[in-house]
Amino acid sequence: MSDFTMPSLGADMTAGTLLEWYVRPGDAVRRGDIVASVDTSKAEIEIEIFEDGVVGELLVEVGTRVPVGTPLATILPVAGSAAAAGNGAAPATPTATPVAAAPPPASSPPTPRTVAPLAAASPPAAPPLAVPVEGHRTRVSPLARRVAAQMGIDPETVPGTGSGGAVTREDVERAATTGTTPPAAEPLVPAAAPAAPAVQSAAEPAVADRRSAMRKAIGDLMARSKREIPHYHLETAIDMTAALAWLAERNATLAPPERAIPAALLLAAAARAAAKHAQLNGFFADGAPQPAEHVHLGVALALRGGGLVAPAIHDADRLPLGELMAALRDLTARVRAGTMRGSEMADPTITVTSLGDRGADKVFGVIYPPQVALIGFGAIRERPWAAGGMVGARPTAIATLAADHRASDGHDGSLLLAELDRLLQHPEELA
Amino acid sequence: MSGTTATRTLTYREALREGLRDALRADERVFLMGEDVGAYGGSFGVSRDLLGEFGPERIRDTPLSESAFTGAGIGAALGGMRPIVEVMTVNFSLLALDQIVNNAAAIAHMSGGQFAVPLVVRMTTGAGRQLAAQHSHSLEGWYAHVPGLKVLAPGTLEDARGMLAPALADPNPVLIFEHGSLYGLEGSLTDPPAEVALTGAAIRRPGSDVTLVAYGGSLPKALDAAETLAADRIDAEVLDLRALRPLDDAAVLASVARTHRVVVVDEAWRTGSFAAEVVALVAERALYELDAPPERVCSVEVPIPYAKHLEDAALPSAERIAAAARRTVGR
Repeated sequence: MSDFTMPSLGADMTAGTLLEWYVRPGDAVRRGDIVASVDTSKAEIEIEIFEDGVVGELLVEVGTRVPVGTPLATILPVAGSAAAAGNGAAPATPTATPVAAAPPPASSPPTPRTVAPLAAASPPAAPPLAVPVEGHRTRVSPLARRVAAQMGIDPETVPGTGSGGAVTREDVERAATTGTTPPAAEPLVPAAAPAAPAVQSAAEPAVADRRSAMRKAIGDLMARSKREIPHYHLETAIDMTAALAWLAERNATLAPPERAIPAALLLAAAARAAAKHAQLNGFFADGAPQPAEHVHLGVALALRGGGLVAPAIHDADRLPLGELMAALRDLTARVRAGTMRGSEMADPTITVTSLGDRGADKVFGVIYPPQVALIGFGAIRERPWAAGGMVGARPTAIATLAADHRASDGHDGSLLLAELDRLLQHPEELA
Repeated sequence: MSGTTATRTLTYREALREGLRDALRADERVFLMGEDVGAYGGSFGVSRDLLGEFGPERIRDTPLSESAFTGAGIGAALGGMRPIVEVMTVNFSLLALDQIVNNAAAIAHMSGGQFAVPLVVRMTTGAGRQLAAQHSHSLEGWYAHVPGLKVLAPGTLEDARGMLAPALADPNPVLIFEHGSLYGLEGSLTDPPAEVALTGAAIRRPGSDVTLVAYGGSLPKALDAAETLAADRIDAEVLDLRALRPLDDAAVLASVARTHRVVVVDEAWRTGSFAAEVVALVAERALYELDAPPERVCSVEVPIPYAKHLEDAALPSAERIAAAARRTVGR
């Protein structure tokens, strides 16, 4: 048995509020499944589990704020292992294979799989969450409520399989004839639609609280950065003529959903440049630089209503431009919807901030601890550009680097910016 | 068998034209007027060839002034004629809004029932043909707000052919909204054509799991969605409203009472839409029949774009309808 604990979703997080459980005792889980959502005071994050097993007991109630590291649930080993053998309640179904006729989780492959409850044959160790958590109104459809009243059943004790997990008439009728177990084939929560507004409103701090909490979280982290990290700053102007022309030509051949924006090209170049300069990609921890093996590119995104987050695009240096664009689009949409995943929040190895079309000319970044560098791009604008003895107007971008002097020197940073420039003069390398 | 009925294939446009031709032949008080309805045959070709058959007295081209010729139609109706006014698109009908709302809809009431306005106004509505934001909106829901009007939305060839006769027989103003994307729709009609009711909804596809409420140009999309859903063993019922005013409350409520789930498709914008009216009706009078929150599939709240991919993205589609239906059944 092991504990599933409140994860640290970024260096600035010390505690989190559990917003919702997506699993119940007895559910089989696999590494990567989204099992709960947590309010970090910066955002609502969906958190994944990092081992295979069966949910034992839920230790923390929805709406509770607990420090990072607090056990949230116990996870039992998958059935068949020695530890589970003595536990009569452990289900017999091997969890490596998706349960029974579990439907494919969602129409789009990148969507994380949904947790399927185990087959009805094995009752779970702990009783199902029949009693609603205090302050959490069980969703029962009006029809189900009416039918339940006619049958003399308390609909709040019936597991829901309907839209948003609501109890439907079918659930009530099933409960009346066969007990209270939903069929194994139906997912507990629809993939990509786990949000339960009623639950959130009960557990979530008021919007104003959230905003001030986020302000404080950003403030604490940036103060730590400025206090601890000896920053040095470099900038270089980049002629974007070739890159933009190449991008326009590429986009002209593609359907609108396949097209990429200049920001994606900048991210692609930054990721590849970072991959070549390991001393700028990674962390400073335990008194020493710790270069990372992968480039998990943090992308600074402003939140509607104020504040920002910088979740990661994993292995961004290995993504072709099209895939990077898709990842950016997906991330942006989920940030707006408030459904980031824990792993994205926790592990960026270098962050990029791109100010966009309406932004300022350049940004002097503040490093996101424990990372050791931050690449910034100002707005792409036409500016005077001298070349070949002539001055002309060209679209240019000013790239900046803020780097941690404990991990690298100006020469290293300079090389990274030079590589960035070189890549943007040869954008076909980013395809 | 009897030889008196046969089926033939034609388009929605031709079905409308047959309805017009029958009406013009049946009653000499009937005449058609509007922009380019004569020599040009109508902006969408509905009245083609009618000028030759009926002459310029009865197929009248008008100046580009919707307010003036709609007003003239009201005057003619008050004077005992049975005018059919064609307005090119619902967007342009806004120029005649004063005549339609303040005069046509109100005169019967304001005259204490002394005067009726037996006027029929036909117009094109809807998007999907890359005609951009000034020719593509779906504003029939606005007219459905107004007491004194009847608002029809034929979504089938049978209704395109058959709704005009009862509309002309009605003593009060009737607006007929022809969805622009339907003109080329092919289908079959019986010969002689069946008579249709002026109002009242019709079940176009019976089903037991979810009701898809649609009308006009959204009807074929809802039927397509129902086919998709059938492949996933979700049995959707498609209810064609046919008329937005008067709304067939009983048909909507009866269908929801059978399926317990409802998706309303409306090509207009969601905010303040006719779809909102239908959902409110269900919430008020069928709440305890509902097994899932109602869904609306409407256009994205932007002026309808010109670019094809953007226009497609803005409009309800069979995919979006099917997705909404799946949400109501929880899968």
